[in-house]
Amino acid sequence: MIRFSNVGFTYSESPSPTLSGVDLAIGEGELCLVVGPTGSGKSTLLGLMNGLVPHFSGGHVTGEVRIDGRSIRDHPPRELADIVGVVGQNPAASFVTDVVEDELAYAMENLGVAPEAMRRRVEDTLDLLGLHELRDRPLPTLSGGQQQRVAIGAVLSASPRILVLDEPTSALDPAAAEEVLAALSRLVHDLGMTVVVAEHRLERVVPFADSVIVVPGKGAAIEMGSPGSVMAHSSIAPPIVELGRLAGWSPIPLSVRDARRVATPLRQRLSSAEPPAARARRGEPAASVERLFASYGAVVALEGVDLEFERGQVTAVMGRNGSGKSTLLGHLAGLRAPDKGTVEVLGAAPSTLSPKELIARVGMVPQDAGILLYRSTVADECETADRESGLPAGATAAALDRVLPGVPRDHHPRDLSEGQRLSVALAVVLAPAPPLVLLDEPTRGLDYPSKERLVAVLRELAADGHCVVLATHDVELVASVAERAVVLAQGEVVADGPAREVVCHSPVFAPQVAKVLAPEAWLTVEEVREALAQVGR
Amino acid sequence: MIRAGATTGRRATLHPVAWWLWAAALAVAASRTTNPVLLALLAGVVAFVVAARRSDAPWSRSLVVFFRLGLIVIALRVVLQVVFGNRLPGHVLFTLPEVPLPSWAAGVSIGGPVTAEALLQATVDGMRLAVILLCFGAANSLASPYRLLRCLPAVLYEAGVAVTVALTFAPELVTSIARTREARRLRGRPVRGIAGLHGLAVPVLESALDRSLQLAASMDARGYGRRAGSLTRRRQATAATAVGLLAVVAGVFGVLDQSFAKGVALPVLCIGAVLLGTGMAFGGARSVRTRYRPDRWGVRATVVTASGAVVACAFVAANALGVAGMSLELYPLSFPGLPLAVLAATLVGLLPAVVAPNPLARPVPVSSAPTVGMVPPVASVGPQAGETAA
Repeated sequence: MIRFSNVGFTYSESPSPTLSGVDLAIGEGELCLVVGPTGSGKSTLLGLMNGLVPHFSGGHVTGEVRIDGRSIRDHPPRELADIVGVVGQNPAASFVTDVVEDELAYAMENLGVAPEAMRRRVEDTLDLLGLHELRDRPLPTLSGGQQQRVAIGAVLSASPRILVLDEPTSALDPAAAEEVLAALSRLVHDLGMTVVVAEHRLERVVPFADSVIVVPGKGAAIEMGSPGSVMAHSSIAPPIVELGRLAGWSPIPLSVRDARRVATPLRQRLSSAEPPAARARRGEPAASVERLFASYGAVVALEGVDLEFERGQVTAVMGRNGSGKSTLLGHLAGLRAPDKGTVEVLGAAPSTLSPKELIARVGMVPQDAGILLYRSTVADECETADRESGLPAGATAAALDRVLPGVPRDHHPRDLSEGQRLSVALAVVLAPAPPLVLLDEPTRGLDYPSKERLVAVLRELAADGHCVVLATHDVELVASVAERAVVLAQGEVVADGPAREVVCHSPVFAPQVAKVLAPEAWLTVEEVREALAQVGR
Repeated sequence: MIRAGATTGRRATLHPVAWWLWAAALAVAASRTTNPVLLALLAGVVAFVVAARRSDAPWSRSLVVFFRLGLIVIALRVVLQVVFGNRLPGHVLFTLPEVPLPSWAAGVSIGGPVTAEALLQATVDGMRLAVILLCFGAANSLASPYRLLRCLPAVLYEAGVAVTVALTFAPELVTSIARTREARRLRGRPVRGIAGLHGLAVPVLESALDRSLQLAASMDARGYGRRAGSLTRRRQATAATAVGLLAVVAGVFGVLDQSFAKGVALPVLCIGAVLLGTGMAFGGARSVRTRYRPDRWGVRATVVTASGAVVACAFVAANALGVAGMSLELYPLSFPGLPLAVLAATLVGLLPAVVAPNPLARPVPVSSAPTVGMVPPVASVGPQAGETAA
C-alpha cells in the first residue's frame, strides 16, 4: 500500500536532510508503529504518506513515495484523500467546521458520498468512538481527549484504506486510549485497513503492532522489522520490554499477558523484598482548594473539590478526559476565578494576583505548551525568560538541555517538533523554580529518555521543597514520579492517597510493571532492579 | 406557537441565512438614519435578541468584542473630527491651534475652532458605523459563519470558503486574544491596560495566521477542492456565475438609482440573471460535493427574516420620504423628534427573541468521555460499494 524508494527529505533552509535513503514497504492490512526519539523526523515521515509534506511544508523530496500506486509527486493531498486519512498531532488545529457532527461529515462531503450513506456512517462513527453524547457540541468546548477522538472519527468516517495517526493516544486517558487502539486493531483485522501510528507511549501500542519502523534521527538509517526483533535491542522500549531484559526473558514479551506467563520465577525472587514504602512526610501546604465549583456554560467541570497540596510532594491528578483536571490546574494558576469556593496559593487567591506576583508563586505549563513561547528563536526565548525571571544568563538554556539536549537554538519555536516545543516551555517554567509547579500533560511527544530526565528534574524540585502538581494520563510517569495520586471523575474527587495504592488498585491506571507483578505493588523497572540487587546479594 | 422545521431539526437552531439576513436588514436600517435615539434603539434591539437567543458556543461571545470595536470607532471618529475635520460653523466649544498647510493640501485643515455641531455630527456618524458593526457581530454570535457557508450553492462554495475564512477571522481572533492573554499571565507579563496591549498584536496575529495555514492543510488533506469532470468546464461555470452575480448587482443598483440610465439597467439585470442561473446549474452538476443534513428553512426562519425586512423597509422608506426625525438637525441644534411609525417598526426587530428557537432550551449533556464498548459493527464504517454518489 505504501512504498518508499530511496526517499530523502530536506526542509528548506535546513543544512542537513531530515530523512535520507528511506526504503520501506507497508503492506495492506498492516498496523505499523513508528518509533524514534523526540524530533527525529517521525512526523515528517508520516506527512510524506499523504503529501502534506512537501505540498504544505515546503522542502525538497528525493526518491519516490507511492501510496496505493499513486505518486505524491503528482497527487496533492486532496487527490489522496479517498485513500489516506491523516490525524495530526494537534487535533484542534485540524478542525474545519464548528460542531462535532459536521466535522465527522466534512471529508465525506468533499468526497461526494451520498447523503443517506453519509448519515449512516456518521452515526456508526459516533458510536464507534463513543461520541454520540457530544454530537451537537461546539468543537472548541471539548476536552483534549474528546477532540482527539473527534479528529480520529473525522477521518475514519470517510473510510480511507490507509489511516495515518501521529500520537493518537497521547491526549487520551488510559481507558479511552485502549478503546481507540482496540478500534484501530479491529479496523486492521476486520477490514484490512492499513494503519500507521507514530507513538511515544509504546506500552500502549506495541502489543497491537504488526511491524515497527525505527526512525533514529540525526541522519541514521531507518530500520523496519517485527515488534519482537526490533524491541529486543531497541534503545526506545516500553517498561515491559525493559523488565523482560532485566529478568532475561527470551523471547521478549510484548504484552502483559505474555509477560505474566513467564513472570512466576521473578515474582518468587521478589517475594522476599518489600516495595519501597511511601514516605510519611507531611510538608506545609503550598496550595489548597475548598468547595471549589466551576462550570463552562451548562457543563459543570468541578463540583465541590476539596484538596490540599503539600510542599515537597509530587501529586498526580488523574481521571478521564473532561473530568476537570485542566480546570483544576487553571484555577490553581489563577487563570480562572472560582464560581464558588476558594482557591489559595501561598496565602493568596491566585486569580486576584498581578502577573508578576503570580509567577513568583506559580509556574504552569498548559496542555498547549507552545502558546507560552512568543519570541522568534529558541535562543531568544531562553534569554528573555532569563531576564524576565531575573535568572543568571543561560539558566533557562541549561534547564532546556537537562530535559532535552540538542534542541536547535536558531529555530522558531513553531518549527520545532511537538516534544521539542514542550521541552522549551518546560524549561521556561521550571528554570525559575516557582514554589508551586503545575504541569498539564507534560509528556506529550517526549521519548523515554526525555521523560526520565523530566522525572529527575521534578524529583529534585520536590526534594527542594517545591510543590509539584501534574495532570496526566501517563500512568508510567505517575508510577515513576508521583507520591500522591488524586483521581477526578465528573468534577469530583473519587480517590486520593499514596500513588502506589491508588494506581495499583485500579485496573485502568496500573502501570505495566504492576500488572505483570501483581499482587505485589511494584511500579517501575527501577524499583525491581534495586530490589533484585538487594535480594541477589 | 409556531411549530416549524427548527424543532424537528437535529439542533434547536434557526436557519443561519435567516439570522444573517435579519442582521443585514438591521444594518441597512442603521445606515439610513442619523438620529442617535433611533441608532441606540437599533443597538438595543440587536443586543437584546442576541442575549435571548445565542448558544453557549465560544463564537456567541463575539458581540461584546464588536461592541468594544464600535466604541473605538466612535472615539476615533470624534478625534479625527477634532483634529482634521471640516469646520462646521456654530457654537464654538474650544479652539485648537491651527497648523498652516502648504497650498497643495487645500481642503485639509489641522486644528482650528471646534464646534458642538461638529462634535455631535462626528459622534452620530461613529455611532452609525458602530451599530452596523454590532449587527455583524450579532450575526456572528447567532450563527457561525461556517454554518452560513454550508448553505451556499455548490458552485459558489470555493469562493465562499475564502469569505468564510475571512469571516472566521473575527471569532478566531477573539479566542486567540484570550489564549494569548492567559499565556502572558503565566509568563508574568502584564495583561491589563496599555502595557497589556504592548506586544499582544504579533503573537495574536501569528497564531491566527498559523491557524489559517493549518486549516488549509487540513482541508486539503480531507479532500477539499477535489475535481470531478474537466477543470475548464468548472472554471467556465464559476466565471459565468461570478460575472452573472456582478451583472445582477449592477443591474439592481441601476434600477434603484434614479441617476442611472434605465435603458441599460434592465437588460444588464436580465443578462446577469441568465448567466447566474446557467453557471449555477452547470457548476452544481459538476461538483463532487454532497451535503450532510442541510439546514431546513422553516416558518420561524421566514418570520425572523421578515421582521428584519420590516425594520429595513421602514427606515429606507422614512428616509426616502424625508420623514422628520430621521436625521439629526444641526441648525438649529435641537433634540431630534421621534417618528412614531419608525419607532414601532424598530420594535418589530425584537420578534426573533421570541420566535427563534432557544439553542439552550435543550440541556447539553454534561457527562463526557463515556466508557462505551465498541459494540456497533465496524464493518458498516468500511468502504461499501455504491455509496459514492459521483
